[in-house]
Amino acid sequence: MNVTRGFAGRPRVRNDGLPPGQYDARDDWPVLSAEVTPELATSQWTFTVDGLVAEERTWSWDEAHALPPSAYEGDIHCVTSWSKFGVRFSGVSLDAFLDLARPAAEATHAVAYSHTGYTTNLPLADLTGGRAWIVWEYGDEPLPAEHGGPARLIVPHLYFWKSAKWIAGIRLLDHDEPGFWEQNGYHHRGNPWEEQRYSGD
Amino acid sequence: MSSTTSTPSPAAAPATRFAVPGRIAVSNRAAATWQRATLTEVRRETPYASTFRFAVPAWAGHLPGQHLMLRLRAEDGYVAQRHYSIASPPDDDGHVELTLDHVDGGEVSGWFHTVAKPGDEVELRGPLSGFFAWPGDRPALLIGAGSGVVPLMSMVRHHRARNLTVPLRLLVSARGPEELIYASEYGPETTTVFTRSAPEGVAVGRVAAAHVARLLADAPDGGWEAYVCGSNGFAEHASRLLVDAGQPVDRIRIERFG
Ligand SMILES: Cc1cc2nc3c(=O)[nH]c(=O)nc-3n(C[C@H](O)[C@H](O)[C@H](O)COP(=O)(O)OP(=O)(O)OC[C@H]3O[C@@H](n4cnc5c(N)ncnc54)[C@H](O)[C@@H]3O)c2cc1C
Repeated sequence: MNVTRGFAGRPRVRNDGLPPGQYDARDDWPVLSAEVTPELATSQWTFTVDGLVAEERTWSWDEAHALPPSAYEGDIHCVTSWSKFGVRFSGVSLDAFLDLARPAAEATHAVAYSHTGYTTNLPLADLTGGRAWIVWEYGDEPLPAEHGGPARLIVPHLYFWKSAKWIAGIRLLDHDEPGFWEQNGYHHRGNPWEEQRYSGD
Repeated sequence: MSSTTSTPSPAAAPATRFAVPGRIAVSNRAAATWQRATLTEVRRETPYASTFRFAVPAWAGHLPGQHLMLRLRAEDGYVAQRHYSIASPPDDDGHVELTLDHVDGGEVSGWFHTVAKPGDEVELRGPLSGFFAWPGDRPALLIGAGSGVVPLMSMVRHHRARNLTVPLRLLVSARGPEELIYASEYGPETTTVFTRSAPEGVAVGRVAAAHVARLLADAPDGGWEAYVCGSNGFAEHASRLLVDAGQPVDRIRIERFG
C-alpha cells in the first residue's frame, strides 16, 4: 500500500499485546450490537448446552452460580479495531458446563446463541481447555445490559463478536454453521493475531 | 452482489425471540480486497462535518446502509483503519462519498479535516455487512442523530434517484440547525429534531415518544422496517422508544458508531 500524503498518525506506542490493525481504547468500551438491548431479568435467564452431547442440560441463574467460579483477566479485541487491556470478567469456565453435558466424540463445532436470537459459530476446540467463560461480572460490578448482561459468553482469544452477549446456549454440531455476522461477511474463526476480520482474510 | 435475503439455517437458530435476519448476501471478495480510492472533492456540510468524494474505479457497488473500512498509512508503515458508512446512493458509478465528523484529537478524521485535498489517495475495502442494508423494498422508518444520518441519507437518495414509491420516513436529530448534516437535501419525508438550539418558533428537545408515535401511527400495511443509527447512547434511546411504541424488536436494525 502507498504512503498516505501527510499522514503521521499518533505517536507510536510499542505494545506487544496489540494485534495488527488494533488500537488501545483505554477507558472506552464501545457498544456495537445490531439489535435492541434486551431487558432480561436474572430470573428469566437460562443457559443450555445441547446438540451433540450425552445429556442436554439447562442451568438457571442460581444453578449456574453454584458451579466453581472462574475469572478471565487479560485483553479483549473487537473487529472494529479497538482493544481493551487488563479487563476482568468473572463467572464460570465453559468447561464446567461442557463437562456436565459431555460432548459426543463427533462434535467438532458449536453455535453460541443468545436470548436475542444472535448466533455465532466457533470450532469446539476454541471453547474448551480454559479459553471460554460464561460471565456475569465486569470488574466487581454486574455486567451491564448493553455489554451482554445479565450473562455473556467470552472467548477472549478471538474477536469479540464471537463472545455472544445475552448468552442462552451452546449447540454442538459435527460441522461448521455460520452465525449472524458470519452470514454477513465476517470471518468464520476471527483470530485477531491473524487479522481474520472478513471472510477471505 | 446478489440481493437474496439470507435466513438463518434451522440447525443454528433454535427457538429465539428477537432474531433479525440479514437483508442481503454480501460479497466476500469485495470485503477482502483493499482498493485504491482517489479523493476528488471535499464539500463542507457543517462546521464539524465534511463530505469526501472518492473515485474508486473497481468499486463493486453497494446497497444503501452499508459501510466500508478505510485505512491510511504513514511513512514508517504504521496503518490506521476505521469504519465509515457510505453516504452516496448505489447509482454513482465508480464513486463513493463519506461524511466524516471532525473528532477532537481523531487520528483518521483529523487527517481528513486538516490535511486531505483532492488528488490524495487512501485505501478502502467493502462494502461490508448486509445487516443494515436497505435494498429499497420494504417500507422504511429511518432514525438517526449527528453523523448517524449518513447511511440513512444513502437510503433517502436511493429512494429519490430511483423514484421508489415504497414509503420512507426520516427522523433526524442534530444539536442545532447549523450542525444538521445535509440540511438542504431534506424533503417532506423528513422530520428534524434539535436538541440544543432551534430556529425561532421551533421546539428544542430530544427525539421523544410523541415523534415515534406519530410515525408508527402513519405506518403502511405490514408496518415499518426500522433503521436506527448514531452513537450508542442515541441508539439505545431511540430503539427503546420504538419498542415501547410497539415496533417489533425483530424489525429494528441498529448501526452503532461505537
Ligand atoms: C459501522 C461504523 C460506521 C461509521 N460511520 C461513520 C460515519 O459515517 N461518519 C463518521 O464521522 N464516523 C463514523 N464512524 C466512526 C469512525 O469509525 C471513527 O470512529 C471516527 O471517525 C473517529 O476516528 P478517528 O481516527 O478520527 O478518531 P480516534 O483516533 O479513533 O479517536 C477517537 C477518540 O478517542 C481518543 N483516542 C483514541 N485513541 C487514543 C490514543 N491512543 N491516544 C489518545 N487519544 C485517543 C481521541 O482523542 C478521540 O477523542 C463509524 C463507525 C462504525 C463502527
